Amino acid sequence: MSRVMTKSLHLAAALLLTAWIAPAQAFDIQRVVSDGGVEAWLIEDHANPIIAMNFAFRGGAAMDPAEKGGLSNMAVSLMDEGAGDMDSQTFQGKLEDLGISLGYGAGDDSIYGHLKTVTDNRDTAFSMLALSLTKPRFDQDAIERIRSQILADLAHQQQDPQAIAGRALSKTLYPDHPYGRASEGVEASVKAISRDDLTAWPTHRLGRDRLIIGVVGDLTAAQLKPLLDSTFGGLPEKADPVAVPEVQANATGHVEVIRRQIPQSVVLFGEQGVKRTDPDWYAAYVMNYVLGGGGFSSRLMTEVRVKRGLAYGVSTGLSPYQHGALLDGGTATRNEKTAQSIALIRSEWQRMAEGGITPQELADAKTYLIGSYPLQMDSTASIASILVAIQMDNLGIDYLDRRAALIDKISAEDVQRVAKRLLDSKALTFVVVGNPAGLE
Amino acid sequence: MSFARRLAVLAGAVLLMAGPANAQMFNPETFTLKNGLQVVVIPNHRVPVVSHMLWYKVGSADEVAGKTGLAHMVEHMMFKGTKTVPAGAFSKIVAQNGGRDNAFTTADYTAFYQNVAVDKLELVMKLEADRMANLKLEDKDFQPERQVVIEERRMRIDNEPEALLEEQMTASLYQVAPYHHPVIGWRQEIEGYQLSDIVEFHKRWYAPNNAVLILSGDVTAAQVRPVVEKYYGAVPARPVPTRLREAEPDPVAARSVELRDEDVHQPSWNRAYLAPSYHQGDTTLAYPLQVLSEIVGGGNTSRLYKALVMDKKLAASADAGYGPQALGETSFDISVSPSPGVAMEQLVPAIEDELKKLADSGVTEQEVARAKQRLKISVSYAKDSFHTGPRVLGAALTTGETVADVEAWPSRIEAVTAAQVSAAAKAVLQDQRGVTGLLLPTRPGDATVSDENRAQRSMGSFGRELR
Repeated sequence: MSRVMTKSLHLAAALLLTAWIAPAQAFDIQRVVSDGGVEAWLIEDHANPIIAMNFAFRGGAAMDPAEKGGLSNMAVSLMDEGAGDMDSQTFQGKLEDLGISLGYGAGDDSIYGHLKTVTDNRDTAFSMLALSLTKPRFDQDAIERIRSQILADLAHQQQDPQAIAGRALSKTLYPDHPYGRASEGVEASVKAISRDDLTAWPTHRLGRDRLIIGVVGDLTAAQLKPLLDSTFGGLPEKADPVAVPEVQANATGHVEVIRRQIPQSVVLFGEQGVKRTDPDWYAAYVMNYVLGGGGFSSRLMTEVRVKRGLAYGVSTGLSPYQHGALLDGGTATRNEKTAQSIALIRSEWQRMAEGGITPQELADAKTYLIGSYPLQMDSTASIASILVAIQMDNLGIDYLDRRAALIDKISAEDVQRVAKRLLDSKALTFVVVGNPAGLE
Repeated sequence: MSFARRLAVLAGAVLLMAGPANAQMFNPETFTLKNGLQVVVIPNHRVPVVSHMLWYKVGSADEVAGKTGLAHMVEHMMFKGTKTVPAGAFSKIVAQNGGRDNAFTTADYTAFYQNVAVDKLELVMKLEADRMANLKLEDKDFQPERQVVIEERRMRIDNEPEALLEEQMTASLYQVAPYHHPVIGWRQEIEGYQLSDIVEFHKRWYAPNNAVLILSGDVTAAQVRPVVEKYYGAVPARPVPTRLREAEPDPVAARSVELRDEDVHQPSWNRAYLAPSYHQGDTTLAYPLQVLSEIVGGGNTSRLYKALVMDKKLAASADAGYGPQALGETSFDISVSPSPGVAMEQLVPAIEDELKKLADSGVTEQEVARAKQRLKISVSYAKDSFHTGPRVLGAALTTGETVADVEAWPSRIEAVTAAQVSAAAKAVLQDQRGVTGLLLPTRPGDATVSDENRAQRSMGSFGRELR
């Protein structure tokens, strides 16, 4: 999956953390600090005998050296491929037999992981996670197998017009920055990664000073504390500093066409957005909903799909990074109408920049963005991931209680201001993969 | 995953959780209205929200010749207005009330859902019952929506070599059964629908006695029953046609389809074997085949993964899948991707060798015990998400199963023996029951297929959910 699209989808999940039915009524978030000083946020839920823990380390694939692009992705792909005295088959077999879900991922700005287990297997599950975090084996045969799977995945992306477009847009908007590179790397960089690179990786990157933990389910704070120490206590106290430069999107208004003999053109677009810490974040959040984030309630969906039947979908999203931000989106239209879809998107961009939103649009955006919040909380694992996201963005343990008010206070003038600031239809940059008519 | 597919993200994510491994032990409450509407309530009180889903017992396999894809087109048009709710207003009203809605169509069922705060349940129930009874459509809304569906077809199928191959395999696997044609329909037939086709299809199938209402979340049957009576109870029952799933004749020839495309960089080998479902064919094989699927392709310690990926290092991935929930016969599927640099000619004999071993020698007691344990432990997670129960029960109740069948899943899996799994492998993994699908890059010198030809030659899709 391409960087730009991944970010936006992640965002779609992470951002809908708005409170309407005050979640504090449903959940009591406890801040748990172990004897060894490991902190986690916990929501006890004893309705089902299940425990879910999500965690993340600040600093992600953007820290990978360019010539070893994909190092973080490859390292995390190997951390559940054998640890301690268990080789890959033994480790994987034990997880499968006990119904334990354990895995890792590498984002641009963080390394993340998850653990899910039934209560009966709790201690085994946490000890297997501890092993994989602190004693991953990086056996040579596992390295070659995972490398080959990553290369197969990269080859597969080359036949997916969405993936091609996503990679191209990232590269265009961030030509000289790690955010412009695919977090999985490229064929040459993946082939250049050595076992030494991999074995060194955890000690440099997985420090307790970078760690964020969210736990939900069938255990108490007293039960969690010793598990935090036994699981994370063996990690280095400090990791390498996160050295990723701040970056502005290189949005020039260019339309890049990548020719493929397919009947429908995939269109992605983007320009500079707002970071999560920006004072105008919530105003931009409301604006995006009206522009293209709100499905059938959005202006773009009305113009492109409903009125003209030009696409099955069109959407926009805020894609914040830790060191940059995009406002981006996408659609897919038959080749002979692609230019028309692009013109419509630019024109909606301009209309919003000039006129902002109506009182009705503002009210509808607020009721949705606030009211749909609890719909996210559909499983122990999804709630655990929300706890991690709140900590990652430094929003505070009372964030769920404050969220509704933060959105509710946004005025039409706030939206107008941020629309003027952000939306530049001439700078909005497009990548088209397909065989569009009338575009060079 | 694309931006354009964001609408389908929720449905897709939930589907992944709703495989047979999770189909168990939801302890639902049920009742039936006088007009025949079956109601299932799955209480889950973690957060004050509810998922309201209405499932109709109609899908693309219930269409008539020449109008393929009509069930899916009707699903789209359900958002285009009633006597009192204007076109396009349905989803906007749901969103204005902090809710999310969508719908999906498969070969056997069509479902509509809204996820809302529990105090908005009555509102969405009123809206959903209204479009069952009072759909009122206009050509000015139909024409652009048909274009939307054609764009959806281009996006999901015509632009994707893997989807094109899957369509070809499906059309080849089902020679007689109405699963032969794609859920989204043949392009030229989508272009031929009239508005009257939509209206008639809706009138024929969208009746309360042909639907199942599933509520999952912070509700109980006692709470919701009066509201269900009020809105859905007011819609009169009417006769609904019998659903036909013609049985396949005994397969006599192994079939193979090959799709070459200049954009293919990662080839794949796929096989679909005609297999019984819970409802048609030798249904006694349905539980053993689920255990077989787990042994053959469930995770990184499965037979195929171990043999092809770990030991012989020929493949990057190897998966098996079997979906027993279907009114007609279904398929047992295997999919393998070669490692970079490995030729298909090297890979295929190794796959065939493993499949032959399975059919000839069967499985061991130990393999079956492990597979059953894994399936059994998945029961523990079934009640975690409030989306899993409705997806599993909805698919079951629209494909001939009962609530009791779903609840009995763990004990029926437990009862499966190694001898039964071996017998199932022997019965199903036969060359003449299978269609092999190869996805390959274009050979140097091959003529390039033009856009339109490529769009035209695409066919077949089954098990795919479409909105």
